[in-house]
Amino acid sequence: MDVHGNVLIPLDHDSLQDLADVIAAQNISAVAIGLLHAYANPAHERAIRDALLASGCTVEITLSSDVCPEVREYERIMTTVCNAYVQPLMARYLRALETTLADNGYSCPLYLMTSGGGMTTLESAIRYPIRLVESGPSGGAVLASRLAERLQEQRVVSFDMGGTTAKICLIQDYQPQTARNFEIARAARFQKGSGMPVRIPVIEMIEIGAGGGSIAHVDGMGQLRIGPESAGSVPGAACYGKGGTKPTVTDANLLLGRINPSTFAEGKMPLDVPAAETAIAADVAAPLAVSGLEAAFGVTEMVEENMANAARIHSVEHGADLSTFTMIAFGGGGPLHAVRLAEKLGVQKVIVPANSGVGSAVGFLQAPVAYEVVRSRYMTLDQFDPDAANQVIGAISDEAHSIVSGSDPNAEISLTCTAYMRYVGQGHEIQVPIPAGTLTAQDTATIKASYEAAYGCLYGRTIPQRDIEILSWSMVAATVLPALDIIPNDTPAKGCDPIETRTVFVPSQKAQTDIPVYWRPDMPAGAEFTGPALVAEPQTTTFVTDGFKGRIDADANLILERI
Amino acid sequence: MTGTPLSEIEKQILWNRLIAIVEEQAQTLMRTAFNPIVRESGDLSAGLFDLQGRMIAQAVTGTPGHVNTMAESVRYFLEAFSPDDMHPEDIYLTNDPWKAAGHLNDFMLVRPCFHKGKLIGYTSCTSHLADLGGLGFGPDGSDVLDEGLFVPILKLVDAGKLDQTFMTLLKANSRVPIEVEGDTYALIACVECGSRRTSECLDDIGIDDLEDIADYIIDTSRSRTNDLVRALPDGVYDNQMRVDGYDEPLDLVARMTIADGEITVDFTGTSGLSRKGINCPLNYASAYSCFALKCAVAPDIPNNEGSLQPLRIQAPENTIVNAQYPVPVAMRHVVGQLLPDVVFGCLHQAIPGRVPAEGACCLWDLPLRGGYSGDGLGKTKFATELVHNGGTGARPTKDGFSATAFPSGVMGSLVEITESVSPLIIWKRELRPDSGGPGKYRGGLGQILELSSSEDAPISLFAALDRINHPPRGREGGHAGAAGVLQLSNGDRFHPKGEQIIPAGERLTVLTPGGAGYGAPEERHPQDVLRDVQTGLVSVEAAERDYGVTITSADARMSEGAK
Repeated sequence: MDVHGNVLIPLDHDSLQDLADVIAAQNISAVAIGLLHAYANPAHERAIRDALLASGCTVEITLSSDVCPEVREYERIMTTVCNAYVQPLMARYLRALETTLADNGYSCPLYLMTSGGGMTTLESAIRYPIRLVESGPSGGAVLASRLAERLQEQRVVSFDMGGTTAKICLIQDYQPQTARNFEIARAARFQKGSGMPVRIPVIEMIEIGAGGGSIAHVDGMGQLRIGPESAGSVPGAACYGKGGTKPTVTDANLLLGRINPSTFAEGKMPLDVPAAETAIAADVAAPLAVSGLEAAFGVTEMVEENMANAARIHSVEHGADLSTFTMIAFGGGGPLHAVRLAEKLGVQKVIVPANSGVGSAVGFLQAPVAYEVVRSRYMTLDQFDPDAANQVIGAISDEAHSIVSGSDPNAEISLTCTAYMRYVGQGHEIQVPIPAGTLTAQDTATIKASYEAAYGCLYGRTIPQRDIEILSWSMVAATVLPALDIIPNDTPAKGCDPIETRTVFVPSQKAQTDIPVYWRPDMPAGAEFTGPALVAEPQTTTFVTDGFKGRIDADANLILERI
Repeated sequence: MTGTPLSEIEKQILWNRLIAIVEEQAQTLMRTAFNPIVRESGDLSAGLFDLQGRMIAQAVTGTPGHVNTMAESVRYFLEAFSPDDMHPEDIYLTNDPWKAAGHLNDFMLVRPCFHKGKLIGYTSCTSHLADLGGLGFGPDGSDVLDEGLFVPILKLVDAGKLDQTFMTLLKANSRVPIEVEGDTYALIACVECGSRRTSECLDDIGIDDLEDIADYIIDTSRSRTNDLVRALPDGVYDNQMRVDGYDEPLDLVARMTIADGEITVDFTGTSGLSRKGINCPLNYASAYSCFALKCAVAPDIPNNEGSLQPLRIQAPENTIVNAQYPVPVAMRHVVGQLLPDVVFGCLHQAIPGRVPAEGACCLWDLPLRGGYSGDGLGKTKFATELVHNGGTGARPTKDGFSATAFPSGVMGSLVEITESVSPLIIWKRELRPDSGGPGKYRGGLGQILELSSSEDAPISLFAALDRINHPPRGREGGHAGAAGVLQLSNGDRFHPKGEQIIPAGERLTVLTPGGAGYGAPEERHPQDVLRDVQTGLVSVEAAERDYGVTITSADARMSEGAK
């Protein structure tokens, strides 16, 4: 096929039988078919599939023109191969899950979370299992987006920190940033470029090797480094007393007084303070020739610094100024580090939602059923072809709509069209909204204005006289969610009493001080306090520095604001 | 805090922050640049310097050619302009190959960095501009002034005011005026971002200048590099490598001396200057030589004045690695990228088992132009640059990488993108069987590329390639990789360097070189040979001839069927 989808060399049908024989002889269970320019004309890929099926092959087949009909053969075929690789396993598992649920009396439909932040049907998940990769963290971004809308926070950075990694996502106008590139199985952990690039709709977030279990060490240059190696949950932090001897971020938090050793994990797992002291002393304090307390503070500062640096670079890539953003923090470790991270980033407000320890799972329950279809159809704006554009838009609308309406034929479904555009000759496309309805030549000006607005927002200026090109078109179909209730901001202020005081290392004073500890489940709506303080709850603890004050809102969210 | 010296941990945190700032600078540049080689391949750099012009941080993003060139550059600006006369919003510029990055296409900008009204240091960045007039980007100039517009160090922005006269002149001297204007703006944004961030960072940390931290960074890095070099056996190690050159072969001759924690590489004995633009200024030759040393000896130490001090590169004037004004240098990377193999050849004697066999080294970069003159008139005008790679040398314990750029790290062009933006058809792009040098560990494979015009028009190729007459050599009994080939479908062979025409109706076949092998091929495990045959990397004949492994057609069935 050439770039326009015209046949350059006809398909050699005779060779297909040989191929079928090899597939049978090698006990192959899944096949990926990827041909050049198949996004422009899938006829050859389909002919190969049909020939294989006709010859009796019983394999799962993935076509590149189905799974990722976009220009760029490397990414498209990598996506196709990854989909084919997981398909037999996922198909078996999902079918078994469906049957078992039905046998156990669950008659409700089964949906799966995709990496794009929408739920999808079982059938579509079996067909395109690659779209489920990284679905867990996207639940957290959905949670933060929904909460942002209820609190009317238009610019939000979500911060989700668990045992091994931290994830940061930008959410503007209640929509998380999305992308179509994702790297799986990175050979060098967290190193961009070391994984396999797949092109699927994903919620764009950065993942940093920084979690409670991240191990601290001093390198050959005498420099303190945190992670990306993690002690995980087994053996876990030294203070878990399960055989771990390496100092982790959790050990440092314990020594700094931010974690109560007797109430950790609802008191089910008493922590071993001397073990944490020994580990920090041996691997951090001694090589740096500092006190144990200073070493522990170094560990938390360095891990927060790493996260802040990654967040800054991520925001530069998206043209965002984080100092105008509100942070929503969750995950087991997020609340412990959020306020200090906010101080480093110049963020003025931090929100710790209720049940923040299990944020991602809560997010799943709040996601719409949604499906995105992307297809390449090249054109320049100077030679905008409304008929060709309408044809692509019509096709992807039908496909996206039919998948979503399959979940519930009566659901109200919204369709949102965007195009991936760039100046002619540039390398990165940006996503630009496309007006609804049938496009005409007059829409060129609107599309150009939208492109320039989006480009200017990212890069600060536009380039006059430069032609603009459209590479791909995207359509998202999503069930319309019921309107959210806005959380009022007028709860009368109330005082509240700490349950105890603890000796905690306070960064601004670089010393230990006795500070109040509040028990979050007992704090009424409107409860107010000023930092430094700890707000403890069953699954996590929020550390509030003396630069912040806090209150509980009408929906039990903890709102922290810079004094 | 102001005035009190930073603690050890605070210094470490600040060092991390400064590296993050230059990385942010580099990302800003990469996202806003027009030239594809900057955007896609990261042909750029960003750095932070103290008042003395010592480099204290350099972005990780960037190509090796900028490692030392940037470290030396700011001193030249300080010779040209007195710091006493600098305004906080001044920006200085040059593309002097001997002061910036080795050829005219690299623009380097320097901006003073002020904090609280006081000059504290400089930020700098450099990137590759697409075209600056002259003969265009190719080796055919007979002096540097043939190669384009030469810009001595001058003030580009005077107290916030951009020099419009210069910009007019610049645009008038480029075939792509809008791109070079856009790229210049991107560079300006990059240094502005660096200066602002550095000042904000000092505010945040609570210090007034960079002097103490500069000493700390430079001393720590130098002493660690010294320690790592001391761990190597002292001695003198000679190596030479013959390569294609322009009109006649070149000898790259090096003597490496390891003593007292320092490494000196002396290129005395290396061939003299070329008539054409493949000569290297010493700054560029040093960059690639140091990069090789750092990869092998001190990969984890960040680039700065201190980490580079113990690594000295020298060469007599008027050798091809120390060209003087005004010799042509446009394609200096062809020779520069070969130098790591020369350095590895010395290191292999000092530390056997630590460095790879020789590889393809230089990018197989194919600048193509059509429709401009002669019988191509009336066809689509285009100028594009395809980047493809050969194989890397086998490693001491692993095979080499196929179709991978070492040392430059540049990604290969995609067929679908090439065909979308230019009237070309790539008829074939696949790994080149039997091109990986046989060995206990096999060299990486080169590629086969077959291309033609899609309009039956002639195309000009501006070649600057190597390893066509002198393939990469193996180590420890490993065999050489396959030499590169440029051949027309009518059987004519192309010269490795210079402008040549692909006539209408002909196809050009490009065979990129394979990397060399490591260790005797007889020691390769027969299972590995079988796997290579089954996956089509090695033919049945070569398995027998090179490895002494006889493979029956039944064993090889997988590859036979797949063909």
